[in-house]
Amino acid sequence: MEALKVSTMADYMASGETPEILFWVGCAGSFDDRAKKVTKAIVKILNHANVKFAVLGTEESCTGDPAKRAGNEFLFQMQAMSNIMVLDGYGVKKIVTGCPHCFNTLKNEYPSLGGNYEVIHHTQLLQEMLNSGRIKIEGGSFKGKKITFHDPCYLGRGNDVYEAPREVMVNLDAELAEMKRSRAKGLCCGAGGAQMFKEAEKGNREVNVERTEEALALQPDVIAVGCPFCNTMMTDGVKHFNKEQSVKVLDVAELIAQAKDL
Amino acid sequence: MVSIIAFILLFIAGSVFFAINIRKVIRNINLGKDLNRKDRPAERFKLMTLVALGQKKMFARPIPAILHLFLYVAFVITQIELIEIIFDGVSGHHRAFRSALGGFYTFMVSFIEILSVLAFIGTIAFLARRNLLKVPRLVKSELNGWPKLDANMILFAEFTLICFIFMMNGADEVLYSRGLSHAENLGDGSLGLTISSKIGPALFGSLDDHALHIIERIGWWGHILMVFGFLNYLPYSKHFHIVLAFPNVYFANLNPFGKFTNLESVTNEVKAIMDPSFTPPAPANPEQPMRFGAKEVTDLTWKQLLDSYSCTECGRCTSECPANITGKLLSPRKIMMSTRDRLEDYGKNMDANNGEFKDDGKSLLGDYITPEELWACTSCNACVQACPVNIDPLSIIMDMRRYVVMEQSAAPTELNGMFTNIENNGAPWQFSQADRLNWKNS
Repeated sequence: MEALKVSTMADYMASGETPEILFWVGCAGSFDDRAKKVTKAIVKILNHANVKFAVLGTEESCTGDPAKRAGNEFLFQMQAMSNIMVLDGYGVKKIVTGCPHCFNTLKNEYPSLGGNYEVIHHTQLLQEMLNSGRIKIEGGSFKGKKITFHDPCYLGRGNDVYEAPREVMVNLDAELAEMKRSRAKGLCCGAGGAQMFKEAEKGNREVNVERTEEALALQPDVIAVGCPFCNTMMTDGVKHFNKEQSVKVLDVAELIAQAKDL
Repeated sequence: MVSIIAFILLFIAGSVFFAINIRKVIRNINLGKDLNRKDRPAERFKLMTLVALGQKKMFARPIPAILHLFLYVAFVITQIELIEIIFDGVSGHHRAFRSALGGFYTFMVSFIEILSVLAFIGTIAFLARRNLLKVPRLVKSELNGWPKLDANMILFAEFTLICFIFMMNGADEVLYSRGLSHAENLGDGSLGLTISSKIGPALFGSLDDHALHIIERIGWWGHILMVFGFLNYLPYSKHFHIVLAFPNVYFANLNPFGKFTNLESVTNEVKAIMDPSFTPPAPANPEQPMRFGAKEVTDLTWKQLLDSYSCTECGRCTSECPANITGKLLSPRKIMMSTRDRLEDYGKNMDANNGEFKDDGKSLLGDYITPEELWACTSCNACVQACPVNIDPLSIIMDMRRYVVMEQSAAPTELNGMFTNIENNGAPWQFSQADRLNWKNS
């Protein structure tokens, strides 16, 4: 396997070059073992398409999203303002993220604090690259398989991005099955609003179990996700039903990377 | 003559009482904090046309949407007939517009009658959905007591209103055919009303002239009394949405749902920490201590308070809420109902104390909405998406979380751990920022 080519903004600066786009990896993408695989899949695709991208590496820090959703506006704005200083220091114009929470926060909540960037989610970048012919997918290992996509709240309802992940997956020649609660009516995985970092309140069921049950009812081969937290929640849900042998939970980027055998 | 005076007195009393109550509601809404929602008027007008007038979001659920449409259209169109009733009441005429409008009058009133039949079906279906079929979102615990009674009373009032219309028109049809109606005789044998010309004779055909006159007057007076009664019931009821849906949608948030407000008061403090030369602007009201987040209804914006008055407790939000679906205490509908309850209590307190609020030892947070409800939210925006009149329960939940965290330091322990991690190492977990690129080699 080819080694991943990853340069930091500092590397680019040292060589006097400017990348096309900054890849905002996010905390989950940097530290969570499952999400790191998605990060690598995104990098493989970017490498394959010869996209000049950079990461911030050790200069990246939490966007502040979980703090903000949990009510800690101070911590959020402290994070936001120091991130904006770093981003502006490098003259960043365009950002792609692998996480809908980072995506939403950078795109919507940084501008009024002085951080103005064009921010896209990785499924939107994949869609752009497919449309412009920078990457091509023909058939591949998912041909004929049944895939259902779980909409991340902060990509879908939060920012009205419903079609990008679906248009990307159409290229897989797979059967795309929709859950009853999809797109604007999509059910949350249960991780948003900082729930990822706390025990659920008292109830009679876990949200991810409710959601995974709905996905499994379609008898899919793959539950596709576009968010590291959804990925965790749906993976746990599949384990709850002892289906991890027959049903895979994969990020849209992993589907593309695997289909292209990257 | 007596009836003209009685009518005018009723008209004045009904209107004045309504105006007094509306002023109270406006006063209460204005207890909220400032928020500019006057930008982008063209976009707002379009949204109001689609969502409030056009009921666009109702059609996410076709069956209740169609039943609701029957009631809605019948209600709107019946207002035309109401103009005539008021004119007749004041002038002592009977069906004053009939001779002037001719065939169009017959068409108009017949159209109203057909819609009234559909609305009749709608009210019965709605009563059945609440009381017999027990549709889950219409029988949840937050509706126990007054909200349930309120809903049934509204439907029963609509049912009665429609009955009065057909008593009035049906009896008048029979009287007209006997040449005894007070409507001007145009030499035809019938008023030509599509429904009443059939059911009038069938129901009342065997009655004597005197009884018919009484039934016609009961229908007429019953109708107008119900209208004024209903009008004055609105400010006390969830049914207020028929008026407030329009301004509520017009002033709705136009930003992407994912975009939460950045607290300006916090921005000033953070800027002062990061840049010692930064001087924060002077507070608008130095008397009032600054508060982060919302503890009381007065910490919310006027739009959030308008939201609470606009809620008709349909429960679409709650039925789509992942927390509620999985048995947690949170119900977005209850958030709106509790906000309104507190606001009403707050207003009554002011009324009782010469316009000044006297501390009653209660607050929205704790006494009306509990932290357990707030902490169950996943901020997924399903409730915001589901609301047919663009109410935003999530913004209230978030403002109250801000108070719990920043003023009370009462976040759940695990969340405090997450905050510490972000502060110390720039990630919600305990990983060193220096290891952030290690994924490359793992």
